[in-house]
Amino acid sequence: MEASKVIHAIYTDDDVLMSAVKKVKAERHHIEEIYTPFPVHGLDKAMGLAPTRLAITAFIYGCIGLTVAVVMMNFIMIKDWPQDIGGKPSFSYLENMPAFVPIMFELTVFFAAHLMVITFYMRSRMWPFKKAENPDPRTTDDHFLMEIAVHNNEDSLATLLKETGAVEINIIEKEEDAH
Amino acid sequence: MEYKISNRLKIGAIIMIVLGVLGVAYGFMDSHKYENVKDVETLLNNEASHGGGHVTEAHGVEAHDDSNAHAVDSHSQDAHGVEHVDEDHGMSHEEHVLHQIHNRPWSALYVAAFFFFMIALGVLAFYAVQYAAQAGWSPVLFRVMEGITSYVLPGGAIVLVIAFLADSHLFVWLTDGITDPDSDKYDALVAGKSGWLNKPWFFIRGLIFLAGWSTYRYFSRKFSVAQDNAELNDNRNFKKNFRISAAFLVFFIYTESMMSWDWIMSVDPHWFSTLFGWYLLAGMLVCGVTVIAMIAIYLKSKGLLEHVNDSHIHDLAKFMFGFSVFWTYLWFSQFMLIWYSNIPEEVTYFVTRIEDYNLPFFGMIAMNFIFPLLLLMNSDFKRVNWFVIMAGVVILCGHYIDIFNMIMPATVGDRWFIGIPEIGSILLFGGIFLWIVFTALGKYPLMAKRSPFIEESKHFHY
Repeated sequence: MEASKVIHAIYTDDDVLMSAVKKVKAERHHIEEIYTPFPVHGLDKAMGLAPTRLAITAFIYGCIGLTVAVVMMNFIMIKDWPQDIGGKPSFSYLENMPAFVPIMFELTVFFAAHLMVITFYMRSRMWPFKKAENPDPRTTDDHFLMEIAVHNNEDSLATLLKETGAVEINIIEKEEDAH
Repeated sequence: MEYKISNRLKIGAIIMIVLGVLGVAYGFMDSHKYENVKDVETLLNNEASHGGGHVTEAHGVEAHDDSNAHAVDSHSQDAHGVEHVDEDHGMSHEEHVLHQIHNRPWSALYVAAFFFFMIALGVLAFYAVQYAAQAGWSPVLFRVMEGITSYVLPGGAIVLVIAFLADSHLFVWLTDGITDPDSDKYDALVAGKSGWLNKPWFFIRGLIFLAGWSTYRYFSRKFSVAQDNAELNDNRNFKKNFRISAAFLVFFIYTESMMSWDWIMSVDPHWFSTLFGWYLLAGMLVCGVTVIAMIAIYLKSKGLLEHVNDSHIHDLAKFMFGFSVFWTYLWFSQFMLIWYSNIPEEVTYFVTRIEDYNLPFFGMIAMNFIFPLLLLMNSDFKRVNWFVIMAGVVILCGHYIDIFNMIMPATVGDRWFIGIPEIGSILLFGGIFLWIVFTALGKYPLMAKRSPFIEESKHFHY
């Protein structure tokens, strides 16, 4: 385990934070993480984060749900035991399809929604009893925190951050954990 | 931004109108080659010797599919039952076919006229919603919408004139003697509905609808233009527009529903459906939003709508996508409820469509649902202008076929084809539509300058 230093710059306004992010990016420093109490519109773009692919996974999950519904009802209603229930034509899937559409629709939505949520939890490492990774409790209320790794440039970095309007700058020794 | 209808567009519209008139004239001449029952007999004999006309062909194809055979059998019995009812009105098969042949050019005209009219009416409803909801994104598109709604009055008048001239060619309930118990054409079901379905009342209602819609259109346009020259912070005209839009929406939802019974559903006077008005409304809104997007992209490509950005197109494409799904929801709800319960007096409507209009009936589901669903789902694609145009073309064609499927089975039955009369009618009304809309677009600046939301709209970004 290698101990590393990070600098924590704390802001009290999201507009100030946004301009700080742009300035820090322009100076070509790597921002490790930003903690905010609420979504700051455009922060991901300013940080240059890659767009999420969650919607693509949802589409794939929806396709899986649709397939499950079709295969399930084709087997149960058409292949395994094609009974005459109230005169509905159970000769082929297509002939009886309108009756299956509500289930096809709901399973598509069900799979897309639930699997996407679970994907989100897994990718963002959220689960019950998970230890909160919060460097400063004020960031859940009214403060914004920018974390930048230090490579023997503490002073210049601190000056830069001070200029961007940080109200507080802390240098933290951090035990590098697994992730 | 000033805009004047370009000469090329003018000439294009004129060419469309001229070709359309020729096509329509040809349609009427062609159908009147068959003047009496004798001519139809020879036609039917010829078709039979050629190995079957439409009817036999359609049945033959379906019978080949063994798994379908049962369902088709029971269905065709239903359908024939209905045909026999029709024929009991003292009409031979040949006479029936003769009527269908004579109905075709009228129906072709009516379908195309209604299609272009419903685009304008859909835009009018969408426009009123934008005012009533005080939308912040759309004011840069108000003038485009106002241009398209200029077709509401002429388009609606054209539909009514065609309905008046076509008379019983379109509306069976206008046949002479159909409500007279002593006549051999007497139809008890239609006679029972004659309190609503009679000629004077039909046209009085039509004129009331049209008067209401075009009055709103006239005043909203007037207030919208007046707002342009208003003093700073003087939003009186906008407020007036807000109020009349809210009132219009109430009026519209009632009249649109009744219009759908009158102008579309009454071509099948034996059949009724409660969600028909909504179904038509959904189709209208899709077409309306699609045309707004297409004209906005066209004007933008000419550099005339500098404040319309990709986010506006993205929003319109989202509406195209959403309303397409909404249309499908209503189409399916109507179809599935009737298919599931399979009550003979309701289900014949879909039996004739599935038997005689198989490809257009199911093809339009692909065009109006699957195609926009898959193409417009991706948020990046919704910002690509040519992509929106291509999706829009398919959606518009799909909804033309939707209207086609509503009218044609009742008037021409299995003698349908999308040929010269149909395409001629599309060209004719398409040309008139383009002419009127683009002339109206040139009347006032393309930017609604003093709308209270115009700054927000100019900087709209998604």
